[in-house]
Amino acid sequence: MSTIEQLNEKMESLQQMEDGSSLKTLRHEAFSEFRKNGVPTTRHEEWKYTRLGGIMNKDYNFSLDRHSISKEDFDAYRLPGYEEANELVFINGFYSGEMSKIISEELVVMPLERAAAGEYENIITTYLGHSRNYLVDGINAMNTALMHDGVFVFCKKNADTKHPVYIYNIQDARSSNVFSQPRSLIYVSQNAKMQIVETYITIGQSESFTNQVMEVVTMQDARIEYYKIQKDHVQTNAVSTTHIIQQERGFAHAVTISMDGGIVRNNLNFIMCADHGESHMYGLYFLQCNTHADNHTIVDNIRPNCLSNQLYKGILSGHSTGVFNGKIFVRQAAQKTNAYQSNKNILMSDTATVNAKPQLEIFADDVKCSHGCTVGHLDDEGLFYLQSRGIPETKARALLIHAFAMDILEQIYLDPIRKYIDQEISERLENE
Amino acid sequence: MLSIKNLHAGIEGNEILKGINLDVKAGEIHAIMGPNGSGKSTLASVLAGRPEYEVTEGSVTFLGKDLLELSPEKRAGEGLFLGFQYPVEIAGLSTINFIKTAVNEVRKYRGEEPLDSVSFLKMMKEKMALMNMDKALLNRALNEGFSGGEKKRNEVFQMAMLEPKLSILDETDSGLDIDAIRIVANGVNKIKKEDHAVLVVTHYQRLLDFIVPDFVHVLYKGRIVKSGGKELALELEERGYDFIKNEYEVEATA
Ligand SMILES: Nc1ncnc2c1ncn2[C@@H]1O[C@H](COP(=O)(O)OP(=O)(O)OP(=O)(O)O)[C@@H](O)[C@H]1O
Ligand SMILES: [Mg+2]
Repeated sequence: MSTIEQLNEKMESLQQMEDGSSLKTLRHEAFSEFRKNGVPTTRHEEWKYTRLGGIMNKDYNFSLDRHSISKEDFDAYRLPGYEEANELVFINGFYSGEMSKIISEELVVMPLERAAAGEYENIITTYLGHSRNYLVDGINAMNTALMHDGVFVFCKKNADTKHPVYIYNIQDARSSNVFSQPRSLIYVSQNAKMQIVETYITIGQSESFTNQVMEVVTMQDARIEYYKIQKDHVQTNAVSTTHIIQQERGFAHAVTISMDGGIVRNNLNFIMCADHGESHMYGLYFLQCNTHADNHTIVDNIRPNCLSNQLYKGILSGHSTGVFNGKIFVRQAAQKTNAYQSNKNILMSDTATVNAKPQLEIFADDVKCSHGCTVGHLDDEGLFYLQSRGIPETKARALLIHAFAMDILEQIYLDPIRKYIDQEISERLENE
Repeated sequence: MLSIKNLHAGIEGNEILKGINLDVKAGEIHAIMGPNGSGKSTLASVLAGRPEYEVTEGSVTFLGKDLLELSPEKRAGEGLFLGFQYPVEIAGLSTINFIKTAVNEVRKYRGEEPLDSVSFLKMMKEKMALMNMDKALLNRALNEGFSGGEKKRNEVFQMAMLEPKLSILDETDSGLDIDAIRIVANGVNKIKKEDHAVLVVTHYQRLLDFIVPDFVHVLYKGRIVKSGGKELALELEERGYDFIKNEYEVEATA
C-alpha cells in the first residue's frame, strides 16, 4: 500500500473515533479538504520551489507510537537550559505526558482531546484549525485530519512565566522511516508572558517526515517569544507550521533558525486580528550540502495600528537552497499599519541558490510598508580589512559570516539558547 | 626596511602606479603628498596587498622578504600596518573581539603565545589611554556608526595594539579635529622606536607639525616627481602643486 493510501486509511479510521466533538468535526472537514486538494505539487503557487513528491513516495512505518523512545534516549538531545525549562515531548508525532515535565504553575497542559471535551472547549472551537484559513493545501489538512494525541497549553491570565517551554518533536528512525504529525494549540491569556522553544530531533539514520502544526493565540496584552531550531540530520524532512493569532496589543517575537535537514518548509503566520498588535519575525538559514529550507511567512493585518517587522537572513553553501516568501496583507480597515520586511542572502558557493519573493497586498491607504531583498557574496572590502590586520583569510571569512548572522542571533533573548546557536555557528564555521 | 623598485600597478588594465622608487629605513618618517587621484592610496593598498590591484612590474622588499609574494595577513604578521583612508564598517563584529583576534593572530604568526584575557585587557587599557579612546567604542560593532574622527582614532589604536614595524597611515588626519590630530600624532610618536618606520600620506602640513618627517615625497600621476626634506611640505603648503605639475609636464615633454 502506498503512503498516500495508508494515510487515507488512517484518516478514514480516525473519523470513527469519539473524542472532543469539535475535534471530530474538524477532522472530518479536513479529511474532505485533503481529498479535494491532495498533497501540494510544485504547480501550487505556494509550493513552487518545494517539492514534496519524493517525500510522499517513500514507505513509512505508521505503527510507531509514543513509547518507542526511552527517557535515556531523549536525555542526549535535551536543549541547554532544560533544567530550568518546562519540557513538552512529542514522540513520533504523539504527545507524551510521561516524558514531559511541567514546572510552571502558570501553565495548564493536557491532551487536546481532553481540552476539547472540558472547560477549554470554547477556546478549542474558536482557535483550533484556524490556520486552515491561510494554508489551503492538503498538507495542512492532513495534519488536522489525522489529529490525534496533540497537546493543549493554557497560560493563565497575567502569568509572568519565568520558565520557558521547550517543545521537542522526536522521531524514531532507528529501524524504519517515520512519518509524524505533531499538533498543538497554545493559548496565552490576557497579559500573560511566555517563551517557547521548539526543536526537531530524529534519532536513527532512516528517514523522517514531520508535518507539524502549532497554533498560538496571544490574547490582549499577552507576549510570546517563539524560537524554532532546525538542526536535524539530512535524512529528515519537515513541514512546520506556526500560526499565531494576535488579539489587542498582543506581542509576538519569533526567531527561526534553520541549519540542517533535508527538505524543510516553514510556514509562519501572524494574524493580527485586533488593534495595536506587534509582531517581529527573524530568521536565519545557514545551509550547507543539499539542505533545502523554505520560509513562507504571512502577516495579515486585519485591524488598524499594527506593526510587523521581518528580517530573514540566509548563508548558503554547497548545493543548498533557500526560499523566502513573505506575504503581507493589509486589509481595508487596517489603517496605520506599519509592515516591514527584509531578506538578505550571502551565497558561499556557485551551486547554492536562493529564491526570494515578497508579496504585498495592500487595500488600505494610510500604511507604511517596505520590503527589500539582497543576494550577494561576502564583502571583499571587509575581508581585506580583517586580513590587513593579520587575520588569515579563512578566519576572516568566518568572522564576517558570524557577523552577518549576529543581528538574528541577538534576537534570541533566551541566553542558553542563543549561546548554543552561536556555538553551533562557530563550530560549523571552524569546520568549513 | 622597505625598498620599492620601479613599481608599476593598476586595476582592471589601467595603470595607476607608473614606476615608484622609494627606500625607507628603520627609524625614518616619510611623508607622501600629492594631488587627489595621484595614486597615494593605491600605493598604500598595493603595499598592504589589496587583491584588486595588479602589480605589473617592479619589486618590493620588506625586511628582506619579497613583500609582493605575501598575503595581506602575512604582511601584517611581518610587521606592516595600513591605516585606511576609509576604514571599513562591519556590523555584527565587536571592535574588541576583532582587535583581540587580530592581536593573537599576529602573535601566532610571530611565534608568540596568545595573550590571556588579563594581559590583553591591560595592554588595551594602556593603548586606549594613549589614544584617548572612549571605552564604549570597543563594545560597539567595528566602525559601525563611528564618526569620521572615531574611525581614524580606531585605526591608530589598532596600530598601537599590533605593534608594527612599518606603519602606513593613509590620510589618518583627515576628518580629525585639531585636538585629535595632536592625539593621533602623539600616539604615532610614542610607538615610534628605533626599529619602527612611518609612511604618512597627508594633504596637510598640520599633521607634519606633530609628526615631523625626515623626507617628503610628491606623488603625481603615479610617479614620485619630487622628494625633499620637511621644508618641501612647507613649500607645497604655500605654493600648491602647480609648480611641481609644471616642472613635471616640462620634463615629460622634453
Ligand atoms: N578600483 C578602482 N577602479 C578604477 N579606478 C581606480 C580604482 N582605484 C583607484 N582608481 C583610480 O586611480 C587613481 C589613483 O587613486 P588613489 O585613490 O590612489 O588616489 P589618491 O592619491 O589616494 O587620492 P586622494 O588624495 O583623493 O585620496 C584615481 O584616478 C582613481 O580614480
Ligand atoms: Mg587616497
